[in-house]
Amino acid sequence: MTVTFRALVGASMMLAFAGTASAQTTITVATVNNGDMIRMQRLMSDFYAKHPDIKVNWVTLEENVLRQRVTTDIASKGGQYDVLTIGNYEVPIWAKQNWLLALDNLGADYQQDDLLPQVAQSLTVDGKLYAVPFYAESSMLMYRTDLLEKAGLKMPENPDWDFITDAAAKMTDKSAGVYGICLRGKAGWGENMAFLTSMVNSMGGSWFDMQWKPQFDQPEWKATLDTYLKLMSNYGPPGASSNGFNENLALFQTGKCGMWIDATVAASFISDPKESKVADKVGFAPAPTRAGGKNHGNWLWSWNLAIPATSTKADAAKTFVAWATSPEYTKLVAEKEGVANVPPGTRTSLYKNPDYLKVAPFAEMTLKAIESANTAHPSEKQVPYTGGQFVAIPEFQAIGTAVGQQFSAAVAGKSKAEQALTAAQALTVREMTRAGYPK
Amino acid sequence: MAREVSKGRKAAVTALAWGIGLLIFFPILWTVLTSFKTEAEAIASPPSFLFFDWTLENYETVNERSDYLVHFWNSVVIALGSTLVGLLVAVPAAWSMAFVPGKRTKDVLMWMLSTKMMPAVGVLVPIYLLARDTGLLDTKLGLVIVLTLVNLPIIVWMLYTYFKEIPGEILEAARMDGASLSSEILYVLTPMAVPGIASTLLLNVILAWNESFWTLNLTAANAAPLTAFIASYSSPEGLFYAKLSAASTMAIAPILILGWFSQKQLVRGLTFGAVK
Repeated sequence: MTVTFRALVGASMMLAFAGTASAQTTITVATVNNGDMIRMQRLMSDFYAKHPDIKVNWVTLEENVLRQRVTTDIASKGGQYDVLTIGNYEVPIWAKQNWLLALDNLGADYQQDDLLPQVAQSLTVDGKLYAVPFYAESSMLMYRTDLLEKAGLKMPENPDWDFITDAAAKMTDKSAGVYGICLRGKAGWGENMAFLTSMVNSMGGSWFDMQWKPQFDQPEWKATLDTYLKLMSNYGPPGASSNGFNENLALFQTGKCGMWIDATVAASFISDPKESKVADKVGFAPAPTRAGGKNHGNWLWSWNLAIPATSTKADAAKTFVAWATSPEYTKLVAEKEGVANVPPGTRTSLYKNPDYLKVAPFAEMTLKAIESANTAHPSEKQVPYTGGQFVAIPEFQAIGTAVGQQFSAAVAGKSKAEQALTAAQALTVREMTRAGYPK
Repeated sequence: MAREVSKGRKAAVTALAWGIGLLIFFPILWTVLTSFKTEAEAIASPPSFLFFDWTLENYETVNERSDYLVHFWNSVVIALGSTLVGLLVAVPAAWSMAFVPGKRTKDVLMWMLSTKMMPAVGVLVPIYLLARDTGLLDTKLGLVIVLTLVNLPIIVWMLYTYFKEIPGEILEAARMDGASLSSEILYVLTPMAVPGIASTLLLNVILAWNESFWTLNLTAANAAPLTAFIASYSSPEGLFYAKLSAASTMAIAPILILGWFSQKQLVRGLTFGAVK
């Protein structure tokens, strides 16, 4: 009796062990809700077929919630996630904190050299890649070809801010509900300040000088804010101070904007006839420079996959990350969902693919914009920081948002440009001193 | 003695009440309507109120993309669990405060309520570390504990107000008849306070159901309730209002139905202490 019982227990334990030995590794991926990421979740059957021993749990969150959630977890070493979707703002900061695993050796098939150099550079710290790009964007000017023609203008190869102001004035027809230009006005470091930071870069200004002294008292910022406020209040839509990417997208798609300067990813939305009323009347040009200038603002944003140093399943996570950003995955999307839906901005090979160039009229301009973005030297001046439409220091989120609120208030007419700049200067000096700069 | 109310005045007051009611309900109505629009219609300006092509495609997309039932079940466990555990602690606590108040009872009540005055994010990191070290991150148990603690002050306060309305003499009579403390609470106090306990329970289920700070921050894949389900449909780039509205409608539907059927208790719960 006892012997049988023991034998049974022994057998079941062995079975249990055998069970664990062949069990799947489950990894948790934290991500944002954007079209490319959702598409990947649909295409997971391909990954499971190749790696039956790995199971992927998705946690999809709104961008700001995700940022807060993931930061809490990684800073406290919570270990809830094995793969993180983070921006190129976080990557260098987190890599320096040793929060991320270096991602070299992703396999021979990975073709790391094929990654767009500008994008790869913004994810590299001390010669090591700490995240791999899933999708990347720069900024460009999108405009209505019909309205520009009606205004009797021709888009120059490299438009400058004077041309933009002139064109905005001529394209505006408020009685018909058409506004010459739509720009971001909603406060936030990733909202209006993304636009304004790259605009001040193009105007020859910067956030800080080499001694980390804030530059809002300099003429470049004055010129930037004056031009911006002039455009917004004279030729922008009503309520522009609360418009972000999505609001402007909606306005442009419904034919209410003559021009829009924003992330290159917008091009695919406004040229999609299913979504956009003006799909056949859009043109693309590089983001404006100052007269005679060469700096287009250096906007570069990418969503990347990274593995936190706390992950206990780093091998499985690496396998997944390599699959999700591989040339193979690009092929898979092209096959299953059409080549137009391949995540843009990460691989050189995509922009040499004739099928892609045929379905994406904006591809050439997107590539040009990304290639012209120099995040190592965002400003014409010497600066102590990297980043394009942001400053890659941990304090930037808070300072950028606070400054953004000042400028948003100026758009809403609650303050004048001078007041907003003085307030921005004062608060930035205060916060930077508190944070111990210069470091 | 009721005051005479003229017909005109009555009609005016009724109209005003309806107006206010509709105003408060409007955001929910708008969410529900938007969930039946296409993404393009959802952002159309001027917006269309009822005359648009009604579509179910958002619900289809949402159901295809996420597992509603898993989130729903997590919400049910977390909301009911935290409320029931809270009641178990709060009934004896409120009893002692209502019937055997000490010199500092009022202060203790105020002090308990004061914990609600601090923004939750202030204690995010300590609680996160505690949850991490006890292995309670991303578990339903962890959220039940946290939400119990978060809502406990409100439960105690509500029950305290109800219990105060019950004459202490009745409990005294029970004691004179030889009832022990536990049977006094269980067989004498509780039956008399059932309406109060019921409305406390309902209100707290709703509060726990809607709680989004802790439920978002302490979960990842396994214990994520409907708040996380909604949060996954907002998008920084691309149109999402219709899909987000569909997800929100699905998330609030159960609690809306529950609220509908228990209106009477709820109204009493919300106006507690107003009528003696």
